[in-house]
Amino acid sequence: MSALTVQSLYKIFGSRADEAVRRLGDGRPRGEALAGLSATAAVIDANFEVRPGEIFVVMGLSGSGKSTLIRMLNGLLQPTRGSVRVDGVELTTLKPAALRKLRREKISMVFQHFALMPHRTVVENAGYALEVAGLPKAERRERAMDALRMVGLTEWADNLPHDLSGGMRQRVGLARALAAGTEILLMDEAFSALDPLIRREIQDQLLDLQAELGKTIIFITHDLNEAMRLGDRIAVMRDGRIVQIGTAEEILTDPANDYVAQFVADVDRTRILTAASVMEKPQQVLDVNAGPRVAAKALRESQTSVVYVTGPMKRFLGTVTEDEVLRALREGRPHLDGYVSTQRVRTVTADTSVADLFGDCAESQHPVAVLDERDRLIGVIPRITLLSALAAATSSEPTQDQGQAELVATEGEST
Amino acid sequence: MSLTQSPLDSWLPRVPLGTWTESAVDWATGALGPFFDGVATVVEALVRPLNDLLTGVPAVVVVLVLAGLGWWLRGWKFALGTAIGLGLVAGMPYWEETMSTLAQVLVASTLALLMAIPLGVLVAENKRASAVARPVLDLMQTMPAFVYLIPAIFFFGIGTVPGVLATLVFSMPPGVRLTELGLRQVDKEIVQAAESFGAPPWMVLLRTKLPLALPTIMTGVNQVIMLALSMVVIAGMVGAGGLGDVIMFALSQVEVGSGFEGGIAVVILAVVLDRLTDSAGDRLPSARAQRLARQAA
Repeated sequence: MSALTVQSLYKIFGSRADEAVRRLGDGRPRGEALAGLSATAAVIDANFEVRPGEIFVVMGLSGSGKSTLIRMLNGLLQPTRGSVRVDGVELTTLKPAALRKLRREKISMVFQHFALMPHRTVVENAGYALEVAGLPKAERRERAMDALRMVGLTEWADNLPHDLSGGMRQRVGLARALAAGTEILLMDEAFSALDPLIRREIQDQLLDLQAELGKTIIFITHDLNEAMRLGDRIAVMRDGRIVQIGTAEEILTDPANDYVAQFVADVDRTRILTAASVMEKPQQVLDVNAGPRVAAKALRESQTSVVYVTGPMKRFLGTVTEDEVLRALREGRPHLDGYVSTQRVRTVTADTSVADLFGDCAESQHPVAVLDERDRLIGVIPRITLLSALAAATSSEPTQDQGQAELVATEGEST
Repeated sequence: MSLTQSPLDSWLPRVPLGTWTESAVDWATGALGPFFDGVATVVEALVRPLNDLLTGVPAVVVVLVLAGLGWWLRGWKFALGTAIGLGLVAGMPYWEETMSTLAQVLVASTLALLMAIPLGVLVAENKRASAVARPVLDLMQTMPAFVYLIPAIFFFGIGTVPGVLATLVFSMPPGVRLTELGLRQVDKEIVQAAESFGAPPWMVLLRTKLPLALPTIMTGVNQVIMLALSMVVIAGMVGAGGLGDVIMFALSQVEVGSGFEGGIAVVILAVVLDRLTDSAGDRLPSARAQRLARQAA
């Protein structure tokens, strides 16, 4: 079962919402569909499911409706139409008291500008959800301290938020959400107000925590690099509609439309693309029990100087070159066992990012071997392949058309 | 009244607003008589003991207590200033009048705040209440202060009670407005954060909105007290006693000397009350937090 399901969700501000929903139904752009109506469509026909334990990123520029969308997921905003189910419970029809209960138990939120209460100490802020839940003071403090420990801020517990830097304040915001102990975390542009270096640091911290805690996180951002770094899956929003949902790699390699393609044009591909996405099929692979004659024939036919050798269960063992094959032939050995070298080839896993491949490629005498989780050879990456992948990544410089201008104009802006 | 009234103007209907008001007040005096008597009794019961207390103890004690309060809230310089200022008043012939003015101001502004702050909360939380309250508050604030005295006399006769009640009505609006403003200015994201963790409305109001709005509300408290002080002097016209009487008498007799003495006593009282309530607001933890936050920004 999914942790959170959204179906045909609409949010219309203004009057005559029904008419607006009807007109938007045929997929026309919102400006055109709503011409003449005094209504604004913030979210149009959103559909997605968030799986337990994943980081689901909603990415879009300001005005794309992402902040409105996330506020409907915990009922801070009432949807105009459609359904939001949290853990199987339909949220849109809940009575206020039941909605508050659901927020206490299932879903907490981290805000763009931290939204800490300036008149309460750090630990009082971190324990806010527990206070709302009516826990006794001592237990509240204990659990709030646990949460502060996770974000490394215990020594600041009795300071006021004002004493903390922006990055630290947002860690308190994160601790407050973690202390609540809910399965689902909503993060609304949570890191957008931070300096790039601090942002990177807190992203790492979030990923570390996530590896440990396995929360279900819905993360809103306008920063594509952040989306690609954090998101298990990414939903791209534009003008109120979700235009594509997929993994970072899917969105990079197979953008659903020109808008997404332009959006992803300036992302650092080397960090997103993995060894698996640039590797080639290995030319010559032989079992270790093959004889040197077979190896010699293979080398001759492919006009290469190296053969990749696999053992039992197709596990990768190493390589043999012409020299070893000739030696084996001269010495009259029936198979390649004993001649296989592990010195000349570096191995990497399928999910190694391209940026991390350069060192291996430079040091590997032959194309780098790409192995799966059971050490089976699934591909090779010759230097030239890596270089052309890099060329493809850097050649897509921002072009001065409308989409890019829009992107530049909103860079660093907070919604 | 112009003698040469244009014939066009004769088309305008005569609106006897004054007559209506008179009959409304007449009716209220009769029908609500017991209610007004009750109100009068309560106000009387509040003002008299306080008045007796302030005029009963030696002036030196009052001066020392207020100076001590000033020391605690603002430091020794202000304490010294308070002592000198009030000492001057005590040295003039109108100490008792000053103290009854103080008693009236304290009662009127306390009652005004007891109504103004809850009303301000209601108005901030409810758009419809805000739409109704706004014109009423405008009316209360812009109506010339003297006008309040007329119905007050009708309902309560002459004396301290009509003075205090006219003062109450006149000084209430800034309390309502600044409470509303303070609550509306609370960071929306912080309110959403409180709501997003499942806090019920009363909890959001009491533990988040009100503490964060408190500095602005305290400005309202300060304004209410200042307005009450200015009105209490006007209330001297209905025989409320205190410094108002002194000034009205000086005016009617054209006595510059006693008029100035009464005026100076009002000024000193105003400065002391203003600075004391102002710094009481600044000492709140939420005010401190916000001041620090502003410095950081």
